[in-house]
Amino acid sequence: MATFTEIETRIDEIAEAGPSAPPGLTLCASELLSLGETVLERWIVARGETPTNETREGFRLLALHRQGAKGDPSFNACRETARELAYHYNLVTLEPQHPDTAKRIRLAAMVAKHLVLFVGGKLEVSGLGDFCCAAKPVRATETTN
Amino acid sequence: MVDITERARKLREVAYYPGCALEGSGNGYDVSTRAIAYELGLKLRDVKDWNCCGAMEVKNIDPKIQTYLSSRVLSQAVNANRNPVVMAPCNGCYHNLKKAEYDLAHDPKSREVVAQLSTKAGHETYEAGQAETIHALDWIKDTIGEEGLRQRTKGRLAGLKIANYYGCMYVRPRHIFPEKDKGPGSESTSKPHFMDDLLAAAGADNVEFPLKTACCGGAHTLSDSDTSTKLVLNILQAAEASGAEVIATECPTCHSGLEMHQIRAEKRFGKKTNVKILYFTQLLGLALGIKPRKLGIQQNISNSLDFIHEKGLT
Repeated sequence: MATFTEIETRIDEIAEAGPSAPPGLTLCASELLSLGETVLERWIVARGETPTNETREGFRLLALHRQGAKGDPSFNACRETARELAYHYNLVTLEPQHPDTAKRIRLAAMVAKHLVLFVGGKLEVSGLGDFCCAAKPVRATETTN
Repeated sequence: MVDITERARKLREVAYYPGCALEGSGNGYDVSTRAIAYELGLKLRDVKDWNCCGAMEVKNIDPKIQTYLSSRVLSQAVNANRNPVVMAPCNGCYHNLKKAEYDLAHDPKSREVVAQLSTKAGHETYEAGQAETIHALDWIKDTIGEEGLRQRTKGRLAGLKIANYYGCMYVRPRHIFPEKDKGPGSESTSKPHFMDDLLAAAGADNVEFPLKTACCGGAHTLSDSDTSTKLVLNILQAAEASGAEVIATECPTCHSGLEMHQIRAEKRFGKKTNVKILYFTQLLGLALGIKPRKLGIQQNISNSLDFIHEKGLT
């Protein structure tokens, strides 16, 4: 299974290659979606759960995000990132001949990268997103009255 | 002719809660907010003897104390200022005041703690529903509106490509913002657009920016700087890839984070980005013909003055 660094490197390759990204733009969109799913699977496995195979609004990515956020509202900090990745996948695959397709792939890659950075960061620093987005008192147990 | 609605009249004078960031690192936001208020004929009355909203530090340890601190700000607005509309430009303050409002409306324990501490401190206890907290974006949108801005700015931001970055605390968690996601005309928590709308009315060319509310690492800037720098760098690079010359911000924490990590990304990872970072109030001020110095643009960490001159916005 690819490491987060390997996933990030592959995403950078796709982002930097632009129009010449092998193996073709629409396949790149599928690969980015798949890399996004892998990242969310890691998060769910780290929580001791089995990643779902269900889909939500036609995307396993969104079902995985929902599963990952259950009981952990701070994970909603990457909800829109996951939705943007699904949106860009739709843009590229539904209009592959669009003049902006190369730009859309590049942006999709950056969105996927944000997902990797956020989830990777959260696996290392569990409080990421906790006390801003989820308003959780993460240090409450460390204080004395 | 600008339509002056009842709501617009109500918001022409608001209790202004700058919060601590706008007196420090985000002073350019404060200066530009006051400058455009003056230019637009809107009145800001500082909340008398305001205090900290509890920010992230207090909330991190005891959310009920944060609720109390925010409730005192609301109490001051209602009882000392005699103005039930509190305008908070800082996303952190805005978020915390909204959260206090929600907690006081839904949690009996929060009401109990706030009543005890208010009595002990010797001021009126704030009760949910006595005040309304709005953001600077709501304030401009509901008083002047897009049409009003269009008339006053005459498209001065034409050709300026902007990525609008809202950050997280303006939209999350969704349940503390009951007025959002109410369909056409209301703000969206998943794809916010009020800043886009206002800047477009001033002539700006907003780009499609997919990371409008993406996490910047925020409060982890100090404890885990590399994660924050990577997250911010990705936001900056995505803005540039979207075609933006400027990132517009509406939060002093986001703004400082973007500026500081833009510098750190270059030093730490050798990744240079050139996109400029300006508060939306500074951009609206330029569109209204206000000089950069009067908008506190020289106080920003990143230097945008040459860019502003090149664009003919001085």
